[in-house]
Amino acid sequence: MISVQRLNKTYHTRDGNAINALSDINLEITQGEFITVVGPSGCGKTTLLKILAGILGKTSGDILVGGTVLDGPSRQLGVVFQEPLLLPWRSILENIMVPIEIQRRSRTEFEPKAHELLELVSLSGFADKFPNELSGGMQQRVGIARALIHDPDFLLMDEPFGALDAMTREQMNLELLRIWGERRKTVLLVTHSIPEAVFLGDRIVVMSPRPGRIAEIITVDLPRPRRLEMINSEDFGNYVKRVRSHFGSEGLD
Amino acid sequence: MTIVTARTTDRGMMTSFKSSPEAGLSVLLFILLIAGWEAAVWLFSIPSILVPPPSAIAQALWANLTTARFYTHVGVTLWEIVAGFAIGSSVGLIIGVVIGQWKLLERTVYPYVVAFQTVPKVAIAPMIVIWFGYGISSKIVITALIAFFPVVVNCIAGMNAASPQQVEMLRSFTASRWQVFRMVKLQSALPYIFAGLDVAVVLAVIGAIVGEFIGAQAGLGYLLLQRNFSMDTAGSFAILIVLSTIGMILHQLTNTVRKRVVFWAERDERLATETT
Repeated sequence: MISVQRLNKTYHTRDGNAINALSDINLEITQGEFITVVGPSGCGKTTLLKILAGILGKTSGDILVGGTVLDGPSRQLGVVFQEPLLLPWRSILENIMVPIEIQRRSRTEFEPKAHELLELVSLSGFADKFPNELSGGMQQRVGIARALIHDPDFLLMDEPFGALDAMTREQMNLELLRIWGERRKTVLLVTHSIPEAVFLGDRIVVMSPRPGRIAEIITVDLPRPRRLEMINSEDFGNYVKRVRSHFGSEGLD
Repeated sequence: MTIVTARTTDRGMMTSFKSSPEAGLSVLLFILLIAGWEAAVWLFSIPSILVPPPSAIAQALWANLTTARFYTHVGVTLWEIVAGFAIGSSVGLIIGVVIGQWKLLERTVYPYVVAFQTVPKVAIAPMIVIWFGYGISSKIVITALIAFFPVVVNCIAGMNAASPQQVEMLRSFTASRWQVFRMVKLQSALPYIFAGLDVAVVLAVIGAIVGEFIGAQAGLGYLLLQRNFSMDTAGSFAILIVLSTIGMILHQLTNTVRKRVVFWAERDERLATETT
């Protein structure tokens, strides 16, 4: 459903040097799949996501979404960012309605959906609150609801839980899998946590830096639904080891 | 340049009056100061042409407030302030938004705005009186000119204050340039704009008075000058009290509007002070 073909991205720095951020990226994502992209800082994973989101131009290559060429931001995509990026002057409900307002869709049709989504992310009753009355984890859940409101086929997530503490993060991972199970979106999630990549993904795209390229794509055969106990299983450990082998002794970050 | 950061404006007066022990202290300080002043004038028998005792100022003020003629002067000056402020700040707002929205304009036009700002408006005031006459209109023009700059400068600064990540977020949901402006840029600029308006409203009072000093037939500045010539120092002080009262009321008004419109920045501020 999403097809990335021979994608390249080159940045030009001020002193005239060219930096190869992405080199020959090829990736086929089927509908309903949960893809995780993992790699150290500077491997181009966020660049890849931004190009897919249409907010960053590519240097060469093709991206097809549902058969059509992706050229700029698309209504078929919903993006969750590293930070919640809620608008502080809007209530939670109004924040979730932002894509509806931008895409000039019917308010009356989507407002009930916004309330449904609030329930889905366990925030019913918070519709009229303002962002600064919510904790970081709650705000990010609003960010997820906002990415889902216009019912996109694809969800792009850029280290969505990176700013949260470890406990909240595990909780959010479980919730994300529950939401994914209910809504059956195609998800591409970027992370720098190897266990998170293994825990969430159907397939893991392992990226390595300089130039940013795909080192390996690993299919994860852990049963669904995933449970936190699986993290301690031998299979899980083997996947983590296999991903880590690409980064040698440097580790991540 | 008068770029006033949104956060640091207007802490002093408001907060110190709200918390009760300090409020009591500052009232006490005021009474002590006035009493000391009164005592000093009597004790050293200072001529009231030089420094009038507070009691004489109070009398003069009362005499003014009970004369109908005084209110025409107040009305004239108030109208000059309000009209000048309204014209200056709305033109400043429009120009600031337009310049802030187009980078090319910011690079080409903005230097001239800055250059013009360095010209002291008070120095042009005599010419403006020649161009626009001794009536109210010349004072409105001077006031508008003075009120214009803090609004324009803060507006441009505010338009650049929008978070690039938030702009990216909106764009990812297919927002147009106009939608980005309406949904993020304008909102992010509001705290800055209000900081500029607050400076402008106080400067507007100065603008009106300066205009009247140069040449006028009515208004508080005109009256102040007359009393100064006739050595009515107590009467001059009474006018100063009226002027600063006008200034304070206008400042409070902009603040009240700001708190309603930019309520979210207010909360942010409270959160920030709690965590630090």
